[in-house]
Order: sequence, then C-alpha cells, then structure tokens
Amino acid sequence: MMQQRNIRRRKTEEIIVVNLLKLSGLVSIGTTIGILYVLGSQSIPFFGTVSLKEFFTGLNWTPLFVPQEFGVMPLINGTFMVAIIAALVALIFGLGSAFFLSEYASRKVRSYVKPLLEILAGIPTVVYGYFALTFVTPIIQYIAPDTIIFNALSAGIVMGIMIIPMVSTLSEDAMSSVPRSLREAAYSLGAKKYQVALRIVFPSAISGIVASFILSISRAIGETMIVSLAAGGKPALTLNPLEAIQTITAYIVTVSQGETPQGSIEYQSIFAVGLLLFILTLIMNLIGRWVVYKYAQEYE
Amino acid sequence: MKERLFYLLILSSILIALTSLLILLIDVVLDGYSSLSWDFLTNYASRKAEKSGILAPLAGTLWLVILTAFCTIPLGVSTALYLEEFAGTNILSKIIKINISNLAGVPSIIYGLLGLAFFTYFIGLGKSIIAGALTMTLLVLPIVIISAQESIRTVQPSLKEAAYALGATKWEVSKKIILPHSIGGIMSGIILAMSRAIGETAPILIISSLVFITTVPSSPLDRFTVLPLQIYTWASFPKDEFRAIASAGIIVLLVILMTMNSLAIYIRWKNQTDRY
Repeated sequence: MMQQRNIRRRKTEEIIVVNLLKLSGLVSIGTTIGILYVLGSQSIPFFGTVSLKEFFTGLNWTPLFVPQEFGVMPLINGTFMVAIIAALVALIFGLGSAFFLSEYASRKVRSYVKPLLEILAGIPTVVYGYFALTFVTPIIQYIAPDTIIFNALSAGIVMGIMIIPMVSTLSEDAMSSVPRSLREAAYSLGAKKYQVALRIVFPSAISGIVASFILSISRAIGETMIVSLAAGGKPALTLNPLEAIQTITAYIVTVSQGETPQGSIEYQSIFAVGLLLFILTLIMNLIGRWVVYKYAQEYE
Repeated sequence: MKERLFYLLILSSILIALTSLLILLIDVVLDGYSSLSWDFLTNYASRKAEKSGILAPLAGTLWLVILTAFCTIPLGVSTALYLEEFAGTNILSKIIKINISNLAGVPSIIYGLLGLAFFTYFIGLGKSIIAGALTMTLLVLPIVIISAQESIRTVQPSLKEAAYALGATKWEVSKKIILPHSIGGIMSGIILAMSRAIGETAPILIISSLVFITTVPSSPLDRFTVLPLQIYTWASFPKDEFRAIASAGIIVLLVILMTMNSLAIYIRWKNQTDRY
C-alpha cells in the first residue's frame, strides 16, 4: 500500500518535471517568434508610410532631420564597408594564426597561445570602441593627416582584431581535420612543410576557411559599440574608408540614445532597419553553417 | 628560403594579434590608472570629470547580473537537460536545437529591440532593471544551454545505467547522477555567460537610453545604468578628462571580467582533475 503510493507519487513527479523542462525548452522558440513578431509588427506601419521602393532605392537617410528621407542605401553602404574591412583584417591574421597553430606549433605552444588569443574575443566591444577612437584613429591621422576623427577604417581594423580568434578557431578546426594521410603523401613526394600547408592543407580546408570568412562578416555587420564610438554618425554613400559613415547598428543607437516616443516614425524606423539587419545576418549564418556542414561530410 | 619566409609570415600574424591585445591593455591602463581611486568607486557620475565615480553603474551591473543569473540558470539548465536526457530525437528537440544555434548568431542589438518593444512597452516594465535582465537572459540563454549540454554529455553512461538498473526514473537519474556530475562544467558555462552579460552594452543602451543616474537602484523596477554604458557615455565626450575616467572604468570592468573568467577556468580545471 505504502509502496504503491510511493510509485504513484514518483510517476506524478516525473510527469510534472518532464513538462516543466519542455516548457523551458519552448522559451527559446518563443524568443525567435518574439523577435520576428516585434520586428515585423513595427515594420509594417513603417512600410505603410515609406514605400519599399523609396526604402531600397532612396539615396538619403535623414529620419532625424527635415525633410525626412528614408533611403537605406547609405546605411547598407556603411555597414558593409566596415564589415568587409574587419573581415579582411580578421581573415589575414586569423588565417596566419590558424596555419601556425595547426601546422607548426607544438602542443605545448598551442596550449598557451590559444587561450591568450581567446582573451581577444572576451573583451567587451565598448572597450574596442574606446581603443579605436583613442589609439588607432590618431595613428591613422598621423599617416593620413586629412582624416577626420570618425572614420570607417579605424572601426573596421579594430573590429577585425576582435574577430581574429573566431576566424582562427574555425580555420584551425578545418585544417586539423584534413587527414594525415594527405600530408604524408605529399611529404613522401618530397614536399616541404610550407608546400604541404599551402598546397595540401589550404585547398582541403578551403570550405571551412570560406565559412569562417562569411561568419565573420555576419558578426561584423551586427557589431554595434565599436562603430557607434569610432565610425561616426553621418550616413554617407562613399567608398572612402577615411570618411565618417553610419552603420545600421549605429543608427539604432543614435535613435535610442534620446527618448524617442513609441509609435513615431523614428521609433518604427529602428525596427525596420533592425529587420533588415536580422535578415542579413540570418542569411549569412545559414550559408556559413551550410558550408561547414558540407565540408564536415567530405572526410567522413 | 621560402620555407623561412612562410614561417615568418604566419608567426608574425599571430604575434601581431597577441601584440594588439597587449597594446590595448597597456593603452587603457596608461590612460586610466591615475583616475583610479577609492572615490572613483564610491562617487556618482558628475558633470565634472574629476568628481565623477561609478557607484551607480556598478550597482546597476550587480543588480543586472544577479537578476539575469536568477532567470538564466533554471531556464538554461532545464532546457539542456530536456534536450540531452528527455527529448530523445523527436521533432521538437530538433527544432529547439536548430533554433538555439540560430539564436546564438543573432546580433545583440536585435535582442535590445525585442526587449524594448516587448518587456519595456508591451508588458509595461518600463526602462527598468528587470526589463534589462529579462532581455539579457534571452541573449545569454543559448550560451548556457550549449555549454550545459556539453557537460551533461560527458557524464559516464555506466553511472546512469547503474541507476536505471536500480529502478530510478529519468528525473531521479538527472537529479542524483547527471546534475551532480556535470555541475562543474555547467557552473563554468554560467559564469562565462554572466561575464558576457556584464560586458554587453548595446541591448542595455536600447532599453534604458542614455540617462544621468545619481542613485543606487533600490528595486528591480528602478531605472538604471551599467558599467559599459557609463564607459560609452564618457568615451563619447570629446574632452580628455572624460576619456581618462572612461578608461579607469574600463580597468574596473576588465578586472571584474578577468576574475570571473579565471574562476570559470579554475572550476573547469578542478572538475577535470577531480574526475580522473
């Protein structure tokens, strides 16, 4: 009797717990739905006022001035300019680091260097913003005296430094999963170490390296504090990295700094550009992960 | 010859990466150390740089971390437990897993927009600490879930099987075998997630705007500021005095983060050495 009640109690407890755990799993799905709903529901009235054509083909972005214009191209231009500078810096130094860690470093060196490199990824972005503004920008101004304080180059370089560990880790993973037999085949034909690295390991790991490049652009597009501090707040259609620009994220910050009334077109506009940002990063993450996934199949 | 050149090239790329870390740290310390004092920690922000301190943002950061941890730990650990031990390979668990890896790639500023529209205005929590903490919870949840899943996976199957053989239910095995054996890894994941929450600026900026706060918040519904947000405010002033206290703030922030990260590494290391 006693035992039966005990079993029933344990069964009820089990059912309650399973459902509670399932519920907490649903929070993450709720988050995604919430993001889509919030961005969508604020963007719909925005695109009721501003046509999609005006949004994508307009060449001026001046929501905070009169006359208000909502052409998003200058923001996209600024966003991608900084992101591509960052991704290039990260690719060059990250790839070099990956070659070093995967092909040359001893286990011991690797065990010291990798955590040090990871520190770069753990430093808050506002610190990088400060570094860009107060250290890198003066150096750029020293080299090119006409450069104004806020410019895309400084933000891009510093953001690139921040992303080095990401590129390095992803590329190193790709390189170290290239089978030994391929390397040994090359050595047996008399190849030198750098030839093995460049002609065997690099082409075999290329999809992982490409993926790390795509993912780093995606990361850079969404970065906020570095560009807000160092790249300026002037939307501009320019390809000159020494000029001030504004990114999508920096625009959202500019509007949020003041107390923008809910329901105004300025308030709605940050959700509209937020939706654009969300879609851009989602597409890049999906492509990046698809490339990694495809590549993981190759050597199975 | 080419061999040497290639080696020099890749060696210098990693050295440049590490040197920039060093330069960044030295730059911050040189700019900020002279502004560091006991007064700096216990004063409120002021219009005058030399009288300014970080008491309000420190208190705000502390409130934020505690509330975020309070929400994140149960949610994160139970999701991980559900995915690893209870769900098996059903459709729901697949959707949750894909969803979590997608969420991990969403820019933090998007979470800020979610928090602003949902917690601040829709639920009506206003620009309060709790609105910030709930937003931060959603932001760091993927980190906690993924790291908790990894450490749950390392629990030896033989231990679990022994318990099942004695008639234990899944929940009993989870409670008495899996959680105690994976607690180290879970803890270090939680600490890393909290240090991420401490360093994040963008979502808090979206939710709380730039405010001049000269009180220590006394309830979760109060307005607040956090350390990185105060640093951002000071760094964006053009005057050198404010740059100096911005970097003093950065030193405090980095000391907090490094202490937490070392703690996480120590826990993980201790856990590994204890097990074998």
